[in-house]
Amino acid sequence: MQVQGRAQFKNVDPPLWVAWHQALASIRVRFLRQLITSIGIALGIAFLASIQTLRLAETNPDVQSQARMQWLVGTSLMMCLVGVTNSMLMSVTERYREIGTIKCLGASDSFIVRVFFLEAVLLGLTGSLIGAVLGCGLSALAARFSGTPVPLAQCTGIVLAATLIGLIMTVLAAIAPAIQAARMPAAAALRVDI
Amino acid sequence: MSAATAQEVVVRTVDVVKQYGEGEAAVRALNGVSCEIFGGEYLSIMGPSGSGKSTFFNMIGGLDKPNEGSVFVNSVDIAQLTPRELAFLRCHTIGYIFQTFNLITVRTALENVTLPMLFAGTSPEDAEERGMKLLDTVGLGHRYHHRPTELSGGQQQRVAIARSLANDPAIILADEPTGNLDLKTGQEIIDLLKMLQSERGVTIISATHDHKMLDVSDRIFHIRDGKLDRIDINDGSNVIVH
Repeated sequence: MQVQGRAQFKNVDPPLWVAWHQALASIRVRFLRQLITSIGIALGIAFLASIQTLRLAETNPDVQSQARMQWLVGTSLMMCLVGVTNSMLMSVTERYREIGTIKCLGASDSFIVRVFFLEAVLLGLTGSLIGAVLGCGLSALAARFSGTPVPLAQCTGIVLAATLIGLIMTVLAAIAPAIQAARMPAAAALRVDI
Repeated sequence: MSAATAQEVVVRTVDVVKQYGEGEAAVRALNGVSCEIFGGEYLSIMGPSGSGKSTFFNMIGGLDKPNEGSVFVNSVDIAQLTPRELAFLRCHTIGYIFQTFNLITVRTALENVTLPMLFAGTSPEDAEERGMKLLDTVGLGHRYHHRPTELSGGQQQRVAIARSLANDPAIILADEPTGNLDLKTGQEIIDLLKMLQSERGVTIISATHDHKMLDVSDRIFHIRDGKLDRIDINDGSNVIVH
């Protein structure tokens, strides 16, 4: 009888657009909240991009200032990592209840992770791109006025690299807690009060 | 009385033990509960706060796993299921209703009702059509495009009931469904649940503090200190037999 019971469980997951709609709805309805998360990401990436641009603008750097700038880039990367992780952690943990509810409705663990993945890609991409363009652009302008222009090709490289770094950090920072939340028993996720 | 006529067992628990925490700080929320729940009956689970009522509710709903003992839903031992199979069970066999409604706040009433159908692989058109019918059944067809924040408590609970019916479940689990509602609205929700049981043959299992709920119940489980203390049978004339 048990074997019969097990045999009827099919391995179906809803099509990707179901998760996509859920992610979009979540961004649209919580627009202000998500905007703040996005600004957090943008600020971190802007800092990273601007420090990197200033480092390249430095003409004839001596060993000491080169080392100092590298240290600054490393620090800005760390700050950016902490900021982005914090933003994404908050946005997942404040939704444990929703995760528990969706599990009760029959969502698989992978569906939940997929929703958060899509949300993080959207937020991470827009936030990082805006941050990278702003950070790199402002620093490049400042460098140009002080007489040490940074070539456009290098600027494009910085923007692309910073956007990619921001995107990867955002997705990782969202996915890790989302996987943990999705694996929780539904009752435990519903019990969590933030 | 439906419980007496249809003696098909839909849920069976055997010596279920659930413990939270470890070592000396461990709390036994359930301490060996064995019972059978029949198809089509209206069952109320009573008990003071902290009696293990909600834990029992979570066990039979497949929302949590017991430390010892087994829970069988439609003869399937749910401890043996993979997470994906559990998701399937929750999607198709059980509908949930909560005290705090737990609607998805970012989706409209209709989207809340259709989401479980999409998980079950229903096409969006069919889901929408069925969703509208279910919202009509609970008397909210005209508010399908409203989000939960734009609905009153009673209306939210109606949407939750429509949602719990999405995939024609055999069992509806309701955890204090009237707990956050005023008397009149609570009575309407009880009437709606009773109607679903008598017209659709759905098994209703409801944890409750509400004495109005007892009048419509076929049987009442009293849970005390993590044990099934007593079973009352309502023989139809509202006389409760112990």
